[in-house]
Amino acid sequence: MIAAAAFYLFAAVLIASAVMVVTSRNPVHSVLFLILAFFNAAALFLLAGAEFLAMILVIVYVGAVAVLFLFVVMMLDVDFSALREGFQRYAPVGGAVGLVLFAELVFVFGSWSFADDVGGLRLNPTPEGVDNTRAIGRILYTDHVWLFQLSGLILLVAMIGAIVLTLRGRPASKRQDIGAQVARSGSVNLRQVRPGAGLGEIGIERPPVEAPKPVKQVEHHGHDHGGHH
Amino acid sequence: MPMLDRVARSLLLTEIVSGMALTLGQFFKPKATINYPHERSPLSARFKGEHALRRYPNGEERCIACKLCEAICPAQAITIEAEPRDDGSRRTTRYDIDMTKCIYCGMCEEACPVDAIVEGPNLEFATETREELLYDKAKLLANGDRWEAMLAARLELDAPYR
Amino acid sequence: MEAFLATPVGILALTVAQAMALLVPLLIGVAYLTWAERKILGAMQMRKGPNVVGPFGLLQPFADALKMLMKETIIPSGASRALFLMAPMITFMLAMLAWAVIPVNDGWAIADINVGILYLFAISSLGVYGIIIAGWASNSKYAFLGALRSAAQMVSYEVSMGFVIVTVLLCVGSLNLTEIVRAQSTVWFIIPLFPMFVIMFISALAETNRAPFDLPEGESELVAGFFVEYSSMSFALFFLGEYANMILMSALITILFLGGWLPPMAMEPFTWIPGPVWFILKICFCLFVFVWVRATFPRYRYDQLMRLGWKVFLPFSLVWLIITAAALKIFGWLPAVG
Repeated sequence: MIAAAAFYLFAAVLIASAVMVVTSRNPVHSVLFLILAFFNAAALFLLAGAEFLAMILVIVYVGAVAVLFLFVVMMLDVDFSALREGFQRYAPVGGAVGLVLFAELVFVFGSWSFADDVGGLRLNPTPEGVDNTRAIGRILYTDHVWLFQLSGLILLVAMIGAIVLTLRGRPASKRQDIGAQVARSGSVNLRQVRPGAGLGEIGIERPPVEAPKPVKQVEHHGHDHGGHH
Repeated sequence: MPMLDRVARSLLLTEIVSGMALTLGQFFKPKATINYPHERSPLSARFKGEHALRRYPNGEERCIACKLCEAICPAQAITIEAEPRDDGSRRTTRYDIDMTKCIYCGMCEEACPVDAIVEGPNLEFATETREELLYDKAKLLANGDRWEAMLAARLELDAPYR
Repeated sequence: MEAFLATPVGILALTVAQAMALLVPLLIGVAYLTWAERKILGAMQMRKGPNVVGPFGLLQPFADALKMLMKETIIPSGASRALFLMAPMITFMLAMLAWAVIPVNDGWAIADINVGILYLFAISSLGVYGIIIAGWASNSKYAFLGALRSAAQMVSYEVSMGFVIVTVLLCVGSLNLTEIVRAQSTVWFIIPLFPMFVIMFISALAETNRAPFDLPEGESELVAGFFVEYSSMSFALFFLGEYANMILMSALITILFLGGWLPPMAMEPFTWIPGPVWFILKICFCLFVFVWVRATFPRYRYDQLMRLGWKVFLPFSLVWLIITAAALKIFGWLPAVG
């Protein structure tokens, strides 16, 4: 009884917050409602006995992904009056697209059919005698290890692609080399100086002169004999 | 080799450990501070604190209204008005010090030929209103009466150097 | 009595009683942590620290609390009111919530759940929301910058912390906190996994926004960071939340590396002291180091902080994870998994 009540409570909050994600004016509020929705989804997982999934959902989606969402959305400068502009003009087109989508959804749900034994499987996410953490591990890392590795590879490619596309090499910028800074000891000395000692006694300390770097010569492939440059 | 030494040092966090050892050493050392209102650090005899107007032992006020302090005061904090008294002696009718202007340089007591105006050892005379810091003659004389013992001792200690 | 405890009301009453038994000492501990921090910082800076209110200043936390209560709660005019008031509550609540799974002694946890360590990790990763919401809802540039800093910082250090936890889990074979402590009955994990302990400790400093990683509230450039606009009890809740989080992180380190409630050696003089006392002693040691670090090191620069998290800790913990896994496999030390 308590479990059923909890289920309906969490499900109701989940749907309500999902609706609020779409309808709330302020994008930051939208993200916060999204987080609430994640939480309720995690609670539903818990009720279904999948505590590992619930925790991972909270850690990954709420703890990391939604933070980054919030991060970006908070910095947006949304002009609400500009958003409203042209609402009337685009309303018919938008309405038509919405109608088509709605019709598609109706068709999909109309032809939805359940397998006969689905009712029995619904709240039995794990086989007997194995806790769900181990069951997930077995499926991901033993049964479908190649597919799992492949999807990981795709993500890696996507990540490298994103970095390559956005990384601009700026040869003119100076970078801090912390290792070199810490290792440098010859140029800055701490010395015990007698009180009243003048420059005549200490001398002027200068950093050791480094050998000038060799100027990079522009290579001339095969044109060395050419006379004019 | 120095490279290896450096890498080993940074991986073993030697600098962090030595820094923390230093603070732990301080942790056990005697403390440098005192419980101020209950304990006080010693004050020099030349400490320049709150002003006071002194009296002679017979109760006659010392100030003869020569106005040297008023003249020398770099902040122009002192205002003096004077008239001959009934017995013919010259005394002040008004002796005001604006303590909000005063810079506590001690020139007034240097200038005073009769050691009348002095700066005492009192440093706790904060007030709640600005007006309370505009000292008049009565306030200064009251200060002198209150601190006389310490003021006299102080002048005596400082006398060889003046 | 037994029959009453089996009814739903009885279970509820028992849980509430357990929660009170944990939270009341915890809140007193938080109050005295603020006192201890000021005392330790004072001693390390050759000052006396608070010593006027009560003997040795022991009543100082209550004087502070009273002062906070008397102050006015100010809500900035441009602030998002509901979120502004919610943020400190979130911070404080999360810091309390995590204690549900902490085993103080063998079997002394309010909820001894299977995925205890994940629960702790999840709750600690949520701590960023209180800060980020506070920063945004205050409608102030300082608060906002502080919130952004803390968001990036906490997300970054969680990654290496995750690897540290995974390394420990490899050696235990269970996500249950009680099991993790029991696995250390022969040797505490601080000895075989010392580098991971160091990484965990430094990440815990970053996770709780403590010096030298206290950039979200860097007073030299951000006034007070994410809680600039807060006053009175809402400020006090942030304050309590921060210190409760410190205690929580110390408890986590204690469980993962310092053997929880276990005595240093299973020998006569050590076993006389009960487990919870050992647990508290170890937490106190961790907290002392927290404050000790604060007294010693200056604040990091922000890019150095990111560099440390992503370029030093992440590869290092990943490599150590692989080394640990390989060693366990090669020498056949993998824990028996039921």
